[in-house]
Amino acid sequence: MPAAILLIAFTHYPTVATVIDSLFSKATAIRPSRFVGVLNYQRMLDDPIFWKVLANNAWFALGTIPTSIALAILMALFVNRSIPGRSLVRMAYFTPTVLPMIAVANIWLFFYTPDIGLIDQIASWFGFSGHNWLGDPTTVLPAIMVMTVWKEAGFFMIFYLAAMQNIPPELEEASQLEGATRWYYFRRVMFPLLMPTTLFVLVNAVLNSFKLVDHLFVLTKGGPDNASNLLLYYIFETAFSYFETHFAAALTVVLLILLSVMALLQFFLLDKRVHYR
Amino acid sequence: MSRIDIRELAKQWGLVVAVDQVSFTVAKGSLTVLLGPSGCGKSTILRLIAGLENVSSGSIAIGGNEVTHMDPAKRGVSMVFQSYALFPHLNVRENIIFGLKVRGISQSERHSRLDESARMVGLEELLNRKPAQLSGGQRQRVALARSIVSRRRVCLMDEPLSNLDAKLRAEMRDEIRSLQQKLGLTMVYVTHDQVEAMTMADQVVLLKKGRVEQIGRPHELYERPQTTFAAQFMGSPPMNLLKLDLIEERSALAVACGGTLSPDRLTDGYIGVRPEHVQVGSSGLPVRVSATDYLGAETVLRLAHGGQTLFGKIDGHRRYNPGEQLHVSWSEEAVHRFGADGIRIEDPYRASS
Repeated sequence: MPAAILLIAFTHYPTVATVIDSLFSKATAIRPSRFVGVLNYQRMLDDPIFWKVLANNAWFALGTIPTSIALAILMALFVNRSIPGRSLVRMAYFTPTVLPMIAVANIWLFFYTPDIGLIDQIASWFGFSGHNWLGDPTTVLPAIMVMTVWKEAGFFMIFYLAAMQNIPPELEEASQLEGATRWYYFRRVMFPLLMPTTLFVLVNAVLNSFKLVDHLFVLTKGGPDNASNLLLYYIFETAFSYFETHFAAALTVVLLILLSVMALLQFFLLDKRVHYR
Repeated sequence: MSRIDIRELAKQWGLVVAVDQVSFTVAKGSLTVLLGPSGCGKSTILRLIAGLENVSSGSIAIGGNEVTHMDPAKRGVSMVFQSYALFPHLNVRENIIFGLKVRGISQSERHSRLDESARMVGLEELLNRKPAQLSGGQRQRVALARSIVSRRRVCLMDEPLSNLDAKLRAEMRDEIRSLQQKLGLTMVYVTHDQVEAMTMADQVVLLKKGRVEQIGRPHELYERPQTTFAAQFMGSPPMNLLKLDLIEERSALAVACGGTLSPDRLTDGYIGVRPEHVQVGSSGLPVRVSATDYLGAETVLRLAHGGQTLFGKIDGHRRYNPGEQLHVSWSEEAVHRFGADGIRIEDPYRASS
């Protein structure tokens, strides 16, 4: 019961309230809020910034998720062997996860700063001139993606590492005796056995790609010209900078629907291919 | 073709010597059991033969070819693991033909070889099941089929029956033995169970702390153990060993041993007698019954003489009570003599059997 009360008070009621709010108009001094039906949603369809941030978010997800998963598997494979200083390497890979996103963003702000930042300083040794990574609409989104991958991969690595250590070593020995190469073993045995982990990581990564916006506050505030704006940050701006709370509620409902559809899709599509022991 | 020669094989991990100067030969088409208590290096030897561990020194040859540092897949051996090492995400069919697929064997041949080996181990009905849906015995059969389907002449088995219950174990033991003989496989079989060794082996290699204790046919190990360790490892209950310098009544012992051994020759080292050779009578070594285990056809008596314990296996119809005083004796042929160092002493006054 206490759990149900908490869930209702802090999850279910706000969700329902958001849906209801999204059907009302903004209250002003002379006009109180009134029921407008799907007007907020119609406005959304005509809002170019909404489509822009949605596209950004899609690119952001496509750019960060496969890369961080691939990197996580690679790193886990690397530290799953007996190499000197193994625990040190594991810790090093995991460090970015421990840091708060705001701190990470500040570190990368220094990397990306034009001319005096780390990247430009190194580039200048090789004769490249400075570049405003975060100020250029074409490079700002990739720059943020690189940072996100850097932060996420170590976290996912831990899950892969745990899963790999659960695979009995005899399986590799048995395939070795049959003449399977390491790649064949990875492709036909290890990767399929890691599928539950991949599903878990995938769901998390997708949620994160819509949830994580802390870095935008520090790095770009969504700019320039919304080139790095993401859906949740746009909702935040709409609600708390422009005080369009009802429009923001409508945006939130869309975000919720998007996330649930994706989570369901992943479960149903991948479930068939996932082997749970 | 597939005889295995192992010469002065050794394996060390740092300062730990797991396998120490082990040499033996497995004849083509025969079954050799590596027997010993846990930690004696028997599984390590098997893994060295398979190529899953690197050899520290010595050599391994299979079918006359030196394979000591060869890639495991090229040695022509198949292996059945203690845990069976089945791929949990693949069904029985895919598990069996995994190796054939790796080696790029044509589909039609894969098919016929799969059918043949599945029939041999009785898995035809279960080919579409996943390992999780199989019983322990069925998983064991999949592992066997995977070994058969490879058509490799040398098969290595690492305690394959240790995860099965007693009844199934006896069944699989016979089945493995008859498959091995039917297919003419050269098999090296690791176990800590002396019953498996006794029933299956053409040759037993008894190991202790990484060293060979004795090599021979099962009955040789049982009837003429070369050391006290071998004497006690084979047989259940183990051979009785009486430490002679703890026995006061040497003349009573001499009587118990049939009377032809003179008491002054029974001074140090050990006397060994199998429990089934112990007879209860009116003369011989005085003992006190400390416990009785009634097993139906026979009764195992635990007998105390001084501080030493003897086992006697006697007819199940006779009843004895704890605390009863008895005399035990045995025939002269039943006596095994061991020196103080635990090594067998061949009796010069007795024709060697």
